[in-house]
Amino acid sequence: MNSEVMFYLLAGMILVFSVLTVTSRKILRAAVYLLFVLISTAAIYFMLEYTFLAAVQLTVYAGGIVVLIIFSVLLTSHISEKAIMADRRQSLMSALAVVAGALLTLFTILRFTFTPSAEPAHTSTVTDVGNALISYDRNGFALPFEVISILLLAALIGAIIVARKEKDGIVLMKNKNLSK
Amino acid sequence: MVDYTYTLLIPLIPFVFFILIGLSGHKMKPIVSGLIGTAGLGIAAILSYITAIRYFWTDHLAESGYKSIKAFEITWLHLTDKLTINIGALIDPISVMMLIVITTVSLMVHIYSLGYMKGERGYHRFFAFLSLFSFSMLGLVLATNIFQMYIFWELVGVSSFLLIGFYYEKPSAVAASKKAFIVTRFADLGFLIGILILSFNTGTFDFQLLTSPTGPAITMPGGAAFMGMSVLTWSMIFIFMGGAGKSAMFPLHIWLPDAMEGPTPVSALIHAATMVVAGVYLVARLFPVYALGAPDALTVVAWVGGISSLFAAIIACTQTDIKRVLAYSTMSQIGYMMLALGVSGYGGENGLGFMASNFHLFTHAMFKALLFLGAGAIIHAVHSNDMKDMGGLRKYLPITHATFLIACITIAGIPPLAGFWSKDEIMVAAWHHNKILFSIEYLVAGLTAFYMFRLYFSIFWGKATHYHHTPHEAPYVMTIPLMVLAFGAVFAGFLPFHALVTSDGMPFESHLDYSIAIPSVLIALLGIGLATAMYRKSNGLPDKLAGIWGISYKWAYHKFYMDEVYLFVTKKIIFGYISVPVAWFDRHIVDGFMNLIARTVQNTSNLIKNFQSGRLQQYGYVFVTGALALVLIFVYLWN
Amino acid sequence: MTGSIPLQYFLVISTLMFFTGIYGFLTRKNLITMLMSIELILNAVNINFVAFNRYLYPQNLQGHFFTLIIIAIAAAEAAVAIAIIINIYRNFRSIDVDNVDEMKF
Repeated sequence: MNSEVMFYLLAGMILVFSVLTVTSRKILRAAVYLLFVLISTAAIYFMLEYTFLAAVQLTVYAGGIVVLIIFSVLLTSHISEKAIMADRRQSLMSALAVVAGALLTLFTILRFTFTPSAEPAHTSTVTDVGNALISYDRNGFALPFEVISILLLAALIGAIIVARKEKDGIVLMKNKNLSK
Repeated sequence: MVDYTYTLLIPLIPFVFFILIGLSGHKMKPIVSGLIGTAGLGIAAILSYITAIRYFWTDHLAESGYKSIKAFEITWLHLTDKLTINIGALIDPISVMMLIVITTVSLMVHIYSLGYMKGERGYHRFFAFLSLFSFSMLGLVLATNIFQMYIFWELVGVSSFLLIGFYYEKPSAVAASKKAFIVTRFADLGFLIGILILSFNTGTFDFQLLTSPTGPAITMPGGAAFMGMSVLTWSMIFIFMGGAGKSAMFPLHIWLPDAMEGPTPVSALIHAATMVVAGVYLVARLFPVYALGAPDALTVVAWVGGISSLFAAIIACTQTDIKRVLAYSTMSQIGYMMLALGVSGYGGENGLGFMASNFHLFTHAMFKALLFLGAGAIIHAVHSNDMKDMGGLRKYLPITHATFLIACITIAGIPPLAGFWSKDEIMVAAWHHNKILFSIEYLVAGLTAFYMFRLYFSIFWGKATHYHHTPHEAPYVMTIPLMVLAFGAVFAGFLPFHALVTSDGMPFESHLDYSIAIPSVLIALLGIGLATAMYRKSNGLPDKLAGIWGISYKWAYHKFYMDEVYLFVTKKIIFGYISVPVAWFDRHIVDGFMNLIARTVQNTSNLIKNFQSGRLQQYGYVFVTGALALVLIFVYLWN
Repeated sequence: MTGSIPLQYFLVISTLMFFTGIYGFLTRKNLITMLMSIELILNAVNINFVAFNRYLYPQNLQGHFFTLIIIAIAAAEAAVAIAIIINIYRNFRSIDVDNVDEMKF
């Protein structure tokens, strides 16, 4: 009972704040609404008893990405600046496509009967996660772990190179007035 | 064999000086570029005189007749084993004579221009072009083969074009230069066709082979090939067409009067003494082929020459622009030369016309250059071309007056000046050949005397015109060439041409035929008398006479409407009925087809290119709807 | 803890979140809000993975780790995307997506 109330509350928060994120005219507010959505998602992970995942969601998403987004908003626009919205035609067409897509997906989901498994659940404590990440047997994730670390390193270096101020030798997106 | 290789230098020196002045003339003081050009021509003239003296006298070639000597020849283009184009220098009586004519007149014109062109813009350009012209003309006369001649022939045309259009700010000069170039170019098309027919059938370009009486051209089997005339005749007529264009023969003469837009020294050099006689030279060069192989073509030459000389002489009587009078006079005199060639036979006494033609070419170069340079001095003093603005100038320009008078007497054919001797030979040759042509020539002789003295009296006598500023005699640098040429005009007639320049190289005896000479002198005196009566003192006689002649006068005054006829033919017929439809076809059908292809491609591209709009969200939209459509199809519609 | 909540409920939530994200991606003009829409989409997918894992294959942790890796990739993506956005801002003085159309036809 409790969990159901909890679920509906979270579901309502996710939906409302999602819509607010994509419709808010103020970018900084949109970022904050996104934060709420991410926190609610973390709460759902808690409900599903994946506590480590929920913690990661909170730290990486809420603590990292959203802060990054807010910083970039502050770097690229004024706080009070209102976002330009799409024109009526574009909004309408997008809404139409999105509603059609949502209906199609919901129809598919609700028509399908999922049979929940009765098997005992695998624990997902920090120990389990840690062991799985470095084990290379059947249930191990050593390879994805290594690949993702390389990816993170590459993204780190790439982000620095792309974002840093142009100096002699490295010229990126120099075509400021190419087709003007 | 005597070595004449150095004659190569005669055309090359002006060429080198052309390059020198043309490339670096603007850095020199103007007078320096002029002096350099003059010096170049001076060297060429000295070499020419040496060549002439050696060839005619000191090298003792006369005993066996003057042979043509190839002083120098290299293969310039080796196209195939049969088709090679050579460049070289050919020395024979007429080319040596032409060397003398060209270098003498050119040198005089150079000296004269030093003064005449003073202060003009493009002084060095003028001298560069003069050098270019001299190079081309000398290369033309020294050509060893007909193709080399054709090359230099075109170079001469280009130089003429450049010099007529020297005052390129003046629209009339530009139009005149274009007209000259296009008309002569059109004629040269005939020349080229003639060359190709001739060379295709004989297998050679070489003059020595072509003109040899036993050569492939003359011994070519005759027979009617087309319209009753042989291939050789046709090719010679075509070649003559080129000569007629360059020499301003009727009906290709229309460019010559307009060419007077160029500076007067240019008119003297190119459009009186040298370039316009290139046509005569061409026929003379190929004379054995004409005389022995294609007598029908020679008849054409004779009649074209006769008609042109009469036609031009009539027009010359009515013109008031002094340079135009001289231009028509030139045309008339060249008609004489053509006629003389046309009535000539080959060899010995029969070749009288050939000799007379070259003789007249020689004397004409002297006195006509003199007339033009004199006219230049007059224009220099009066600043007008129109004889109505002149009158009573003999007091102001004594030297010009004297030399001009000498030239007028010479061209009128009064003994013992040069014109008499050469003209008399032509008369004799015509008399023996064709009485109609002979009578035309008699008439033209009278007309020539009349219009020349009309010109002379209108300029130097007549009413005393009031001038804005007193006309003054030209500087010595201009009058000295006048005096030199006057000397030539007086004494050139005593050269023993019949012993030097003959059709087959063998000298023959020539004597004065009094039964022809005396009437021709009388008719010339009649013309002079008439002109004296009409123009010596200002009186109403010319206008009255013009009134009597009425429509004929008007026709002659408007040059028999030849320009209008040409305009009608080119504008109305060629443009209107051929060019316009062709242009329409090209613009609408050919271009239209291409445009259709291009437009189709463009429209298709315009349709497609919007897929690549550069707008991220459009891409996203397409992607999302596409993905949904795929889901719809594969999940629901497929099975 | 999930009790009587059926799997479909999670899926419905994630679907709606997913399409809200797509709507945002298609209509927002600001590059940063477009990035935020992408984060929404990623989160919707994550919920799906986690829910499937919990309901259908509780004995394994594949869905869990997939989500973990997606979060890591999202972090990398966000970093690179923001670097690019800042660079665009430096070049165009604007991060409006309609201005960034140099690559069109």
